[in-house]
Amino acid sequence: MMPGSMAELLFDSILVLTLLAVALSILALRQAFAAVLAFVTYGLLLAIAWVRLGSVDVALTEAAIGAGVTGVLLIAAASRLRRSIPIADKASPGIPMRIAVGALCATISAALVAAVLHLPTPAPGQALAAVANLPSTGLGNPVTGVLLAYRAIDTLLEAVVLVLVLLGDWSMAPDGQWGGRPGPRLAPEVNGPLGLLVSVLPPVGILIGIHIFWIGADMPGGAFQGGTILGAMWILTWMAGRTAPPHTSSERLRLVLVVGPALFLVAGFAGIVFAEAFLAYPEGWAKPLIIGIEAALTVSIAAALAMLVAGWPSREAPR
Amino acid sequence: MNGVTLFGIASALLVGLGLYGLVLSAGPLRRILAFNVLGSGIFLLFGVVARRGAAGGVGGDPVPHAIIITGLVVAFAASALAVQLMLRLSEVRAADRAGANNPDNEKPGAGDQQP
Repeated sequence: MMPGSMAELLFDSILVLTLLAVALSILALRQAFAAVLAFVTYGLLLAIAWVRLGSVDVALTEAAIGAGVTGVLLIAAASRLRRSIPIADKASPGIPMRIAVGALCATISAALVAAVLHLPTPAPGQALAAVANLPSTGLGNPVTGVLLAYRAIDTLLEAVVLVLVLLGDWSMAPDGQWGGRPGPRLAPEVNGPLGLLVSVLPPVGILIGIHIFWIGADMPGGAFQGGTILGAMWILTWMAGRTAPPHTSSERLRLVLVVGPALFLVAGFAGIVFAEAFLAYPEGWAKPLIIGIEAALTVSIAAALAMLVAGWPSREAPR
Repeated sequence: MNGVTLFGIASALLVGLGLYGLVLSAGPLRRILAFNVLGSGIFLLFGVVARRGAAGGVGGDPVPHAIIITGLVVAFAASALAVQLMLRLSEVRAADRAGANNPDNEKPGAGDQQP
């Protein structure tokens, strides 16, 4: 074995062991807040694992969504729950139950390990087909090709799911608050670290978000990763009290939320008329259409993710 | 054994660990965390399959990679809905308890009372 691959194997072993230890601590730590922080750490370690597995696209998504936005959501939830009565009302399960569940889970893990060790060689896959057909889309990043061309229907449905989940979230509004502002009212922080961060980070973050969306056509990146960074910048300005989440009845907000999925649908139906099928792009129009759809999706995803973190409308209902 | 197999074994263990936590955790927040650990194990397993399918000069099969990205976003959306449901439930219970102790001291709009 070459010394280089030996060092890589050592790195992977340390990464895997750390990953498992942190995952264990998420479930074992007694304090909810500590468990949430362990979960954020876990997300960042997973992002490194994705780089090691050869996918920078997934690594960016994991870092931005798995660790970043999920982290904000969970930290906010844990600190709100700390002030309230615990919901857990079931008695902790007894030792026989723990042993039974442990045995079941160990069996599932053992079966999966056996499956991993007996994966077919050579491994089947679509990589060659995906790369071979990429020139017809005008794109350079095969992952973006899959997301916006070969399997565009999945991405379309996913964009719609975000809107539906947000509707579910908003419908938890108490009586009389429908259409109001979500989240607590926060006083502007001027002198603290958050005040400094909100002055420095958003201009850079917005540029990085747009850049990651734009290079997604040819390099790792895309609408989801870029949109998440833009959404995170918006959340940061809320947390520092510089802006407030908009009224959920705001027509501008609703337009921004649906523009991505709507444009995607229109382009999809146009494919029936101008190309062969639903979500097919006419010859030579693939790249401009994909970039246009991705731009609209980036804005919609940013708004949807941020509003999902903000929660249900709970104050300042419009009269 | 190479690095990819190592990640494959780790993913299998994460699935078992997440499932154990999901079934046995008492608090809803802990269950949401465990569900995410379970999900990340499944994504990682899919990523190992993608890595093994690397060909044509790309680091892995782009089809699973794209589906994992879609899955991560949907998993976040599901977690967000679960977290908001949990917070709303704790708010309603707090209002119910306050209402039971002192019927005049009910927060307006803070809990939808059962008829």
